[in-house]
Amino acid sequence: MEKTVLYEEHLKLDAKMVEFGGFLMPLEYSSIALEHKAVREACGLFDVCHMGEIYIKGLDALNFVNHLITSDLSNVEESKMLYGLLLNEEGTVIDDLMVYKFSDEDILLVVNASNKDKDYEWILKQKINFDCTVIDRSSEIGLLALQGPHSDFVLNKYTDYELEKIKFFHFTKMIINKKEFLVSRSGYTGEDGFEIYGDTLDVLDLFKVLSKDKDVTLCGLGARDTLRFEAAMPLYGHELSDQISPLEAGLNYAISYNKDFIGKNALLKLKEIGVKRKLVGLELLERGIARSTYLVYKGEVEIGEITTGYMIPNSTKAYALAYIKSENAVLGEEVFVKIRNSFVRAVIRDKKFLEKKYKK
Amino acid sequence: MSEVRKDLKYLDTHEWVKLDGNIATIGISDYAQHSLGDIVYLELNQVGDKVSYKKSFAAIESVKAASDINSPVTGIVVEVNESLMDTPELINEDAYSAWLIKVEITDESSLSGLLNAEEYTTICK
Repeated sequence: MEKTVLYEEHLKLDAKMVEFGGFLMPLEYSSIALEHKAVREACGLFDVCHMGEIYIKGLDALNFVNHLITSDLSNVEESKMLYGLLLNEEGTVIDDLMVYKFSDEDILLVVNASNKDKDYEWILKQKINFDCTVIDRSSEIGLLALQGPHSDFVLNKYTDYELEKIKFFHFTKMIINKKEFLVSRSGYTGEDGFEIYGDTLDVLDLFKVLSKDKDVTLCGLGARDTLRFEAAMPLYGHELSDQISPLEAGLNYAISYNKDFIGKNALLKLKEIGVKRKLVGLELLERGIARSTYLVYKGEVEIGEITTGYMIPNSTKAYALAYIKSENAVLGEEVFVKIRNSFVRAVIRDKKFLEKKYKK
Repeated sequence: MSEVRKDLKYLDTHEWVKLDGNIATIGISDYAQHSLGDIVYLELNQVGDKVSYKKSFAAIESVKAASDINSPVTGIVVEVNESLMDTPELINEDAYSAWLIKVEITDESSLSGLLNAEEYTTICK
Protein backbone atom coordinates (compact mmCIF):
# COMPACT_ATOMS: atom_id res chain seq x y z
CA MET A 1 0.00 0.00 0.00
CA GLU A 2 1.34 3.44 -0.93
CA LYS A 3 1.23 6.50 1.29
CA THR A 4 1.27 10.13 0.27
CA VAL A 5 3.80 12.58 1.68
CA LEU A 6 1.01 13.82 3.98
CA TYR A 7 0.31 10.44 5.58
CA GLU A 8 1.94 11.24 8.93
CA GLU A 9 0.06 14.56 9.07
CA HIS A 10 -3.25 12.77 8.61
CA LEU A 11 -2.47 10.45 11.51
CA LYS A 12 -1.55 13.44 13.71
CA LEU A 13 -4.82 15.08 12.72
CA ASP A 14 -6.65 11.90 13.77
CA ALA A 15 -8.16 11.26 10.32
CA LYS A 16 -10.04 8.05 9.68
CA MET A 17 -7.94 6.37 6.99
CA VAL A 18 -9.11 4.20 4.10
CA GLU A 19 -7.54 2.34 1.17
CA PHE A 20 -8.21 4.00 -2.17
CA GLY A 21 -6.54 3.38 -5.53
CA GLY A 22 -3.64 1.61 -3.83
CA PHE A 23 -3.09 4.46 -1.35
CA LEU A 24 -3.90 4.91 2.32
CA MET A 25 -5.92 8.12 2.28
CA PRO A 26 -7.99 10.15 4.77
CA LEU A 27 -11.68 9.20 4.53
CA GLU A 28 -12.80 11.90 6.96
CA TYR A 29 -11.30 14.15 9.64
CA SER A 30 -14.41 15.44 11.41
CA SER A 31 -17.50 14.19 9.57
CA ILE A 32 -18.40 13.84 5.91
CA ALA A 33 -21.48 16.02 6.41
CA LEU A 34 -19.48 18.88 7.98
CA GLU A 35 -16.73 18.62 5.39
CA HIS A 36 -19.27 18.59 2.54
CA LYS A 37 -20.93 21.68 3.99
CA ALA A 38 -17.59 23.46 4.38
CA VAL A 39 -16.83 23.07 0.68
CA ARG A 40 -20.29 24.22 -0.38
CA GLU A 41 -20.25 27.26 1.92
CA ALA A 42 -16.63 28.11 2.75
CA CYS A 43 -13.34 26.33 2.02
CA GLY A 44 -12.10 22.74 2.24
CA LEU A 45 -8.60 21.33 1.83
CA PHE A 46 -7.98 17.89 0.30
CA ASP A 47 -4.89 15.71 -0.01
CA VAL A 48 -4.98 14.50 -3.61
CA CYS A 49 -1.29 13.59 -3.85
CA HIS A 50 -2.35 10.11 -4.92
CA MET A 51 -3.27 11.37 -8.41
CA GLY A 52 -0.81 10.51 -11.19
CA GLU A 53 1.17 13.13 -13.17
CA ILE A 54 2.47 12.06 -16.56
CA TYR A 55 4.39 14.55 -18.71
CA ILE A 56 4.51 14.34 -22.51
CA LYS A 57 7.39 16.41 -23.89
CA GLY A 58 8.88 16.89 -27.35
CA LEU A 59 8.16 17.99 -30.91
CA ASP A 60 5.18 15.69 -31.35
CA ALA A 61 3.72 16.09 -27.85
CA LEU A 62 0.55 17.84 -29.03
CA ASN A 63 -0.11 15.37 -31.86
CA PHE A 64 0.57 12.44 -29.59
CA VAL A 65 -1.80 13.61 -26.86
CA ASN A 66 -4.45 14.35 -29.48
CA HIS A 67 -3.99 10.79 -30.77
CA LEU A 68 -4.52 9.45 -27.24
CA ILE A 69 -7.50 11.45 -26.01
CA THR A 70 -11.07 12.06 -27.17
CA SER A 71 -11.11 15.86 -26.83
CA ASP A 72 -9.15 18.24 -29.07
CA LEU A 73 -6.12 19.95 -27.57
CA SER A 74 -4.99 21.68 -30.78
CA ASN A 75 -7.11 24.81 -30.34
CA VAL A 76 -6.68 25.03 -26.60
CA GLU A 77 -4.58 28.04 -25.64
CA GLU A 78 -1.44 27.69 -23.57
CA SER A 79 -1.98 27.70 -19.78
CA LYS A 80 -5.41 26.17 -20.21
CA MET A 81 -6.72 22.76 -19.21
CA LEU A 82 -8.88 20.29 -21.02
CA TYR A 83 -10.91 17.30 -19.81
CA GLY A 84 -10.48 14.17 -21.89
CA LEU A 85 -10.83 10.41 -22.02
CA LEU A 86 -8.29 7.76 -22.81
CA LEU A 87 -10.04 5.04 -24.86
CA ASN A 88 -8.96 1.63 -26.11
CA GLU A 89 -9.61 0.49 -29.71
CA GLU A 90 -13.01 -0.86 -28.61
CA GLY A 91 -14.00 2.66 -27.62
CA THR A 92 -14.37 1.98 -23.90
CA VAL A 93 -12.69 4.02 -21.21
CA ILE A 94 -9.17 3.30 -19.93
CA ASP A 95 -9.24 6.45 -17.80
CA ASP A 96 -10.52 10.01 -17.66
CA LEU A 97 -7.96 12.73 -17.19
CA MET A 98 -7.12 16.42 -17.06
CA VAL A 99 -4.72 17.77 -19.65
CA TYR A 100 -2.55 20.81 -18.85
CA LYS A 101 -1.13 22.49 -21.95
CA PHE A 102 2.04 24.47 -21.17
CA SER A 103 2.88 24.54 -24.88
CA ASP A 104 2.54 22.28 -27.93
CA GLU A 105 5.70 20.53 -26.78
CA ASP A 106 5.07 20.36 -23.06
CA ILE A 107 1.88 18.75 -21.78
CA LEU A 108 0.86 17.32 -18.41
CA LEU A 109 -1.71 14.55 -18.01
CA VAL A 110 -3.25 14.18 -14.57
CA VAL A 111 -4.72 10.70 -14.17
CA ASN A 112 -6.55 8.66 -11.55
CA ALA A 113 -4.37 7.02 -8.89
CA SER A 114 -5.89 3.59 -9.47
CA ASN A 115 -5.14 3.76 -13.21
CA LYS A 116 -1.75 5.46 -13.12
CA ASP A 117 0.44 2.45 -13.95
CA LYS A 118 -2.01 1.05 -16.49
CA ASP A 119 -2.21 4.48 -18.21
CA TYR A 120 1.56 4.91 -18.28
CA GLU A 121 2.08 1.51 -19.91
CA TRP A 122 -0.72 2.14 -22.41
CA ILE A 123 0.66 5.54 -23.36
CA LEU A 124 4.19 4.17 -23.83
CA LYS A 125 2.83 1.40 -26.07
CA GLN A 126 1.06 3.92 -28.34
CA LYS A 127 4.12 6.11 -28.77
CA ILE A 128 5.45 4.50 -31.98
CA ASN A 129 6.17 7.15 -34.67
CA PHE A 130 5.78 10.09 -32.30
CA ASP A 131 8.83 12.17 -31.40
CA CYS A 132 8.27 12.80 -27.69
CA THR A 133 9.05 11.38 -24.28
CA VAL A 134 6.65 10.12 -21.62
CA ILE A 135 7.68 10.83 -18.03
CA ASP A 136 5.80 9.57 -14.99
CA ARG A 137 6.50 12.15 -12.26
CA SER A 138 3.73 10.99 -9.90
CA SER A 139 6.06 10.17 -7.03
CA GLU A 140 7.84 13.56 -7.12
CA ILE A 141 4.75 15.74 -7.39
CA GLY A 142 2.25 16.46 -4.64
CA LEU A 143 -1.24 17.87 -5.12
CA LEU A 144 -3.58 19.75 -2.82
CA ALA A 145 -7.11 20.84 -3.69
CA LEU A 146 -8.52 23.95 -2.05
CA GLN A 147 -12.25 23.97 -2.81
CA GLY A 148 -15.24 26.15 -2.05
CA PRO A 149 -16.43 29.75 -2.40
CA HIS A 150 -13.82 31.06 0.09
CA SER A 151 -10.85 29.34 -1.59
CA ASP A 152 -9.88 32.58 -3.27
CA PHE A 153 -9.90 34.45 0.05
CA VAL A 154 -7.81 31.75 1.75
CA LEU A 155 -5.17 31.33 -0.95
CA ASN A 156 -4.82 35.09 -1.21
CA LYS A 157 -3.35 35.14 2.31
CA TYR A 158 -0.32 33.13 1.16
CA THR A 159 0.44 34.56 -2.28
CA ASP A 160 0.94 37.95 -3.93
CA TYR A 161 -0.42 36.62 -7.19
CA GLU A 162 -3.64 38.31 -8.33
CA LEU A 163 -5.93 35.32 -8.23
CA GLU A 164 -8.76 36.95 -10.18
CA LYS A 165 -6.43 36.67 -13.21
CA ILE A 166 -6.87 32.89 -13.23
CA LYS A 167 -10.18 31.97 -14.77
CA PHE A 168 -11.86 28.59 -14.47
CA PHE A 169 -9.81 25.84 -16.20
CA HIS A 170 -6.72 28.07 -16.52
CA PHE A 171 -3.43 27.57 -14.69
CA THR A 172 -0.22 29.40 -13.85
CA LYS A 173 2.94 29.13 -11.81
CA MET A 174 2.90 31.17 -8.61
CA ILE A 175 4.76 31.61 -5.37
CA ILE A 176 2.80 30.46 -2.35
CA ASN A 177 4.37 30.49 1.08
CA LYS A 178 7.76 31.30 -0.57
CA LYS A 179 7.78 28.23 -2.82
CA GLU A 180 6.81 27.79 -6.46
CA PHE A 181 3.67 25.86 -7.31
CA LEU A 182 1.58 25.13 -10.39
CA VAL A 183 -1.95 26.30 -9.66
CA SER A 184 -5.08 25.71 -11.70
CA ARG A 185 -8.56 27.04 -11.05
CA SER A 186 -10.35 23.72 -11.11
CA GLY A 187 -11.48 20.83 -8.96
CA TYR A 188 -13.78 17.92 -8.44
CA THR A 189 -16.50 19.40 -6.26
CA GLY A 190 -18.61 21.67 -8.49
CA GLU A 191 -17.33 24.73 -6.60
CA ASP A 192 -14.78 27.41 -7.35
CA GLY A 193 -11.35 26.38 -6.14
CA PHE A 194 -7.72 25.64 -6.88
CA GLU A 195 -5.60 22.58 -7.50
CA ILE A 196 -2.05 23.18 -6.32
CA TYR A 197 0.87 21.08 -7.60
CA GLY A 198 4.38 21.19 -6.24
CA ASP A 199 7.40 19.20 -5.13
CA THR A 200 6.22 16.78 -2.48
CA LEU A 201 8.13 18.43 0.38
CA ASP A 202 6.85 21.90 -0.55
CA VAL A 203 3.34 20.44 -0.63
CA LEU A 204 3.90 18.99 2.83
CA ASP A 205 4.96 22.42 4.15
CA LEU A 206 2.01 24.13 2.50
CA PHE A 207 -0.40 21.54 3.88
CA LYS A 208 0.92 22.16 7.40
CA VAL A 209 0.27 25.88 6.98
CA LEU A 210 -3.14 25.61 5.33
CA SER A 211 -4.40 22.93 7.70
CA LYS A 212 -3.88 25.35 10.62
CA ASP A 213 -5.78 28.17 8.91
CA LYS A 214 -9.04 28.85 10.77
CA ASP A 215 -10.86 29.44 7.48
CA VAL A 216 -9.95 25.99 6.17
CA THR A 217 -11.76 22.72 6.88
CA LEU A 218 -9.80 19.53 6.25
CA CYS A 219 -11.70 17.20 3.97
CA GLY A 220 -11.27 13.53 3.17
CA LEU A 221 -12.23 11.27 0.30
CA GLY A 222 -15.68 10.71 1.80
CA ALA A 223 -16.68 14.32 1.19
CA ARG A 224 -14.76 14.36 -2.09
CA ASP A 225 -17.09 11.61 -3.31
CA THR A 226 -20.36 13.15 -2.07
CA LEU A 227 -19.32 16.50 -3.57
CA ARG A 228 -18.33 15.17 -6.99
CA PHE A 229 -21.47 13.02 -7.02
CA GLU A 230 -23.74 15.98 -6.28
CA ALA A 231 -21.98 17.84 -9.11
CA ALA A 232 -22.63 14.72 -11.29
CA MET A 233 -18.96 14.27 -12.16
CA PRO A 234 -18.05 10.70 -13.10
CA LEU A 235 -15.71 8.56 -11.02
CA TYR A 236 -13.68 5.86 -12.72
CA GLY A 237 -14.77 2.44 -11.44
CA HIS A 238 -18.35 3.67 -11.02
CA GLU A 239 -19.65 5.77 -13.93
CA LEU A 240 -16.64 4.91 -16.13
CA SER A 241 -14.75 1.67 -16.82
CA ASP A 242 -13.28 -0.38 -19.65
CA GLN A 243 -16.77 -1.88 -20.06
CA ILE A 244 -18.39 1.52 -20.60
CA SER A 245 -18.46 3.80 -23.65
CA PRO A 246 -18.29 7.57 -23.15
CA LEU A 247 -21.42 7.74 -25.30
CA GLU A 248 -23.28 5.76 -22.63
CA ALA A 249 -21.82 8.03 -19.93
CA GLY A 250 -23.17 11.11 -21.73
CA LEU A 251 -19.69 12.58 -22.19
CA ASN A 252 -20.25 13.65 -25.80
CA TYR A 253 -18.95 17.14 -24.99
CA ALA A 254 -15.52 15.62 -24.36
CA ILE A 255 -15.36 13.94 -27.77
CA SER A 256 -14.07 15.72 -30.86
CA TYR A 257 -14.79 13.89 -34.13
CA ASN A 258 -12.91 16.36 -36.33
CA LYS A 259 -9.59 14.66 -35.52
CA ASP A 260 -8.34 11.08 -35.21
CA PHE A 261 -7.94 9.38 -31.86
CA ILE A 262 -7.78 5.85 -30.54
CA GLY A 263 -11.30 4.44 -30.24
CA LYS A 264 -12.88 6.91 -32.68
CA ASN A 265 -14.01 4.24 -35.15
CA ALA A 266 -15.65 2.25 -32.39
CA LEU A 267 -17.49 5.37 -31.22
CA LEU A 268 -18.69 6.19 -34.75
CA LYS A 269 -20.00 2.64 -35.13
CA LEU A 270 -21.77 2.78 -31.76
CA LYS A 271 -23.22 6.17 -32.63
CA GLU A 272 -24.77 4.64 -35.74
CA ILE A 273 -26.38 1.64 -34.00
CA GLY A 274 -27.18 3.60 -30.83
CA VAL A 275 -26.23 2.93 -27.21
CA LYS A 276 -28.00 0.17 -25.27
CA ARG A 277 -27.92 2.04 -21.95
CA LYS A 278 -27.54 5.57 -20.69
CA LEU A 279 -26.35 7.22 -17.52
CA VAL A 280 -29.28 9.02 -15.87
CA GLY A 281 -30.04 10.77 -12.62
CA LEU A 282 -32.54 9.24 -10.19
CA GLU A 283 -34.41 10.88 -7.34
CA LEU A 284 -35.94 8.62 -4.74
CA LEU A 285 -39.60 9.32 -4.05
CA GLU A 286 -39.74 7.23 -0.88
CA ARG A 287 -37.45 6.73 2.10
CA GLY A 288 -34.22 4.95 1.25
CA ILE A 289 -30.76 5.38 -0.23
CA ALA A 290 -29.89 3.79 -3.58
CA ARG A 291 -26.30 2.59 -3.39
CA SER A 292 -23.79 1.48 -6.00
CA THR A 293 -24.70 -1.93 -7.59
CA TYR A 294 -28.36 -1.84 -6.46
CA LEU A 295 -30.66 -2.84 -9.33
CA VAL A 296 -33.33 -0.72 -11.00
CA TYR A 297 -36.67 -2.14 -12.15
CA LYS A 298 -39.59 -1.13 -14.32
CA GLY A 299 -42.45 -3.22 -13.01
CA GLU A 300 -40.81 -6.60 -12.53
CA VAL A 301 -38.24 -6.18 -15.29
CA GLU A 302 -34.67 -5.30 -14.43
CA ILE A 303 -33.66 -2.23 -16.48
CA GLY A 304 -30.45 -1.00 -14.90
CA GLU A 305 -27.99 -0.59 -12.07
CA ILE A 306 -26.93 2.20 -9.71
CA THR A 307 -23.34 3.44 -10.12
CA THR A 308 -23.29 5.91 -7.20
CA GLY A 309 -25.99 7.02 -4.80
CA TYR A 310 -26.18 9.09 -1.65
CA MET A 311 -28.48 10.97 0.59
CA ILE A 312 -26.99 14.41 -0.05
CA PRO A 313 -25.30 15.44 3.21
CA ASN A 314 -27.29 17.97 5.27
CA SER A 315 -30.45 17.30 3.27
CA THR A 316 -33.08 14.58 3.02
CA LYS A 317 -32.73 14.26 -0.76
CA ALA A 318 -31.60 10.86 -1.95
CA TYR A 319 -30.19 10.89 -5.49
CA ALA A 320 -28.39 8.34 -7.60
CA LEU A 321 -26.63 7.93 -10.92
CA ALA A 322 -27.61 4.77 -12.81
CA TYR A 323 -27.12 3.06 -16.14
CA ILE A 324 -30.59 2.39 -17.54
CA LYS A 325 -31.60 0.60 -20.75
CA SER A 326 -31.95 3.29 -23.41
CA GLU A 327 -35.63 2.54 -24.09
CA ASN A 328 -36.37 3.15 -20.40
CA ALA A 329 -34.12 6.17 -19.95
CA VAL A 330 -36.91 8.71 -20.24
CA LEU A 331 -36.97 11.80 -18.00
CA GLY A 332 -39.93 11.72 -15.62
CA GLU A 333 -40.39 7.93 -15.83
CA GLU A 334 -41.10 6.23 -12.52
CA VAL A 335 -38.97 3.20 -11.70
CA PHE A 336 -38.13 1.08 -8.65
CA VAL A 337 -34.79 0.63 -6.94
CA LYS A 338 -34.36 -2.66 -5.09
CA ILE A 339 -33.00 -1.75 -1.66
CA ARG A 340 -32.40 -4.86 0.44
CA ASN A 341 -35.80 -6.61 0.22
CA SER A 342 -38.00 -3.71 -0.83
CA PHE A 343 -38.73 -1.94 -4.05
CA VAL A 344 -38.47 1.83 -3.53
CA ARG A 345 -40.07 4.31 -5.95
CA ALA A 346 -37.79 6.66 -7.85
CA VAL A 347 -38.06 8.98 -10.83
CA ILE A 348 -35.61 9.39 -13.70
CA ARG A 349 -34.34 12.97 -13.84
CA ASP A 350 -31.45 15.04 -15.17
CA LYS A 351 -28.09 14.88 -13.46
CA LYS A 352 -28.14 18.54 -12.40
CA PHE A 353 -28.39 17.85 -8.69
CA LEU A 354 -26.34 21.01 -8.09
CA GLU A 355 -26.02 24.46 -9.67
CA LYS A 356 -22.29 24.89 -10.29
CA LYS A 357 -20.68 28.23 -9.43
CA TYR A 358 -17.44 28.43 -11.40
CA LYS A 359 -15.47 31.67 -11.95
CA LYS A 360 -15.60 31.72 -15.75
CA MET B 1 -11.46 6.73 22.56
CA SER B 2 -14.91 5.17 22.32
CA GLU B 3 -17.00 4.79 25.43
CA VAL B 4 -17.93 1.30 26.64
CA ARG B 5 -20.62 1.23 29.34
CA LYS B 6 -20.04 -1.15 32.21
CA ASP B 7 -23.74 -1.92 32.80
CA LEU B 8 -24.36 -3.21 29.27
CA LYS B 9 -23.64 -6.41 27.35
CA TYR B 10 -22.37 -6.47 23.79
CA LEU B 11 -22.07 -8.40 20.56
CA ASP B 12 -18.75 -8.56 18.72
CA THR B 13 -20.57 -6.82 15.82
CA HIS B 14 -20.90 -3.70 18.03
CA GLU B 15 -24.50 -3.82 19.28
CA TRP B 16 -25.27 -3.18 22.96
CA VAL B 17 -28.07 -4.71 25.01
CA LYS B 18 -29.47 -3.71 28.37
CA LEU B 19 -31.18 -6.58 30.18
CA ASP B 20 -34.07 -5.76 32.47
CA GLY B 21 -35.90 -8.93 33.51
CA ASN B 22 -36.95 -10.56 30.24
CA ILE B 23 -36.91 -7.26 28.32
CA ALA B 24 -33.83 -6.40 26.26
CA THR B 25 -33.19 -2.85 25.06
CA ILE B 26 -30.92 -2.81 22.01
CA GLY B 27 -28.74 -0.20 20.32
CA ILE B 28 -25.35 0.21 18.63
CA SER B 29 -22.17 1.02 20.53
CA ASP B 30 -20.28 4.29 20.63
CA TYR B 31 -17.48 2.57 18.72
CA ALA B 32 -19.99 1.59 16.00
CA GLN B 33 -21.43 5.08 15.61
CA HIS B 34 -17.92 6.51 15.40
CA SER B 35 -16.81 3.99 12.75
CA LEU B 36 -19.95 4.55 10.70
CA GLY B 37 -19.71 8.33 10.72
CA ASP B 38 -22.75 10.54 10.09
CA ILE B 39 -25.83 8.32 10.38
CA VAL B 40 -28.52 9.46 7.97
CA TYR B 41 -31.00 6.61 7.64
CA LEU B 42 -32.48 3.83 9.69
CA GLU B 43 -34.68 0.92 8.71
CA LEU B 44 -36.15 -0.85 11.75
CA ASN B 45 -38.48 -3.82 12.08
CA GLN B 46 -41.94 -3.62 13.67
CA VAL B 47 -43.59 -4.51 16.94
CA GLY B 48 -44.46 -8.21 16.86
CA ASP B 49 -41.55 -9.17 14.59
CA LYS B 50 -39.28 -12.00 15.68
CA VAL B 51 -35.57 -11.34 16.09
CA SER B 52 -32.82 -13.92 16.56
CA TYR B 53 -29.45 -13.93 18.28
CA LYS B 54 -26.74 -12.60 15.94
CA LYS B 55 -29.22 -12.25 13.05
CA SER B 56 -29.81 -8.94 11.29
CA PHE B 57 -32.98 -7.08 12.35
CA ALA B 58 -32.37 -3.62 10.94
CA ALA B 59 -30.28 -1.58 8.55
CA ILE B 60 -28.39 1.55 9.45
CA GLU B 61 -26.91 3.86 6.85
CA SER B 62 -24.21 6.45 7.22
CA VAL B 63 -23.43 8.94 4.47
CA LYS B 64 -21.03 6.47 2.93
CA ALA B 65 -22.53 2.99 3.41
CA ALA B 66 -25.31 0.69 4.59
CA SER B 67 -24.73 -1.82 7.40
CA ASP B 68 -26.75 -4.53 9.13
CA ILE B 69 -27.57 -4.42 12.81
CA ASN B 70 -27.69 -7.78 14.56
CA SER B 71 -29.82 -8.74 17.51
CA PRO B 72 -28.02 -9.69 20.73
CA VAL B 73 -31.06 -11.73 21.84
CA THR B 74 -33.78 -14.01 20.53
CA GLY B 75 -37.33 -12.81 21.09
CA ILE B 76 -40.22 -10.64 19.92
CA VAL B 77 -40.10 -6.90 19.33
CA VAL B 78 -42.33 -5.10 21.84
CA GLU B 79 -41.32 -1.48 21.17
CA VAL B 80 -39.62 0.45 18.36
CA ASN B 81 -37.95 3.84 18.81
CA GLU B 82 -39.93 5.47 15.98
CA SER B 83 -38.61 8.96 16.77
CA LEU B 84 -35.16 7.92 15.57
CA MET B 85 -36.44 7.38 12.04
CA ASP B 86 -36.51 11.13 11.44
CA THR B 87 -33.51 11.96 13.60
CA PRO B 88 -31.01 9.09 13.18
CA GLU B 89 -28.19 11.56 13.89
CA LEU B 90 -29.12 11.22 17.59
CA ILE B 91 -27.25 7.91 17.46
CA ASN B 92 -24.05 9.85 16.69
CA GLU B 93 -24.75 12.22 19.56
CA ASP B 94 -25.30 9.54 22.20
CA ALA B 95 -25.31 5.93 21.06
CA TYR B 96 -26.31 4.65 24.51
CA SER B 97 -29.42 6.83 24.82
CA ALA B 98 -30.57 6.26 21.27
CA TRP B 99 -31.96 2.75 21.69
CA LEU B 100 -33.47 1.10 18.60
CA ILE B 101 -35.86 -1.61 19.78
CA LYS B 102 -37.02 -3.41 22.90
CA VAL B 103 -37.39 -7.17 22.73
CA GLU B 104 -39.16 -9.67 24.96
CA ILE B 105 -36.69 -12.51 25.28
CA THR B 106 -38.17 -15.91 24.37
CA ASP B 107 -35.00 -17.98 24.48
CA GLU B 108 -32.43 -17.30 27.18
CA SER B 109 -29.92 -19.90 26.01
CA SER B 110 -27.97 -17.41 23.90
CA LEU B 111 -27.51 -14.83 26.69
CA SER B 112 -24.34 -16.55 27.83
CA GLY B 113 -22.81 -15.72 24.44
CA LEU B 114 -22.94 -11.96 25.11
CA LEU B 115 -19.74 -10.06 25.91
CA ASN B 116 -19.28 -8.04 29.06
CA ALA B 117 -17.79 -4.53 28.93
CA GLU B 118 -14.26 -5.76 29.55
CA GLU B 119 -14.41 -8.38 26.82
CA TYR B 120 -15.99 -5.94 24.40
CA THR B 121 -13.36 -3.26 25.08
CA THR B 122 -10.63 -5.55 23.76
CA ILE B 123 -12.51 -5.78 20.43
CA CYS B 124 -12.66 -2.01 20.12
CA LYS B 125 -8.91 -1.61 20.04
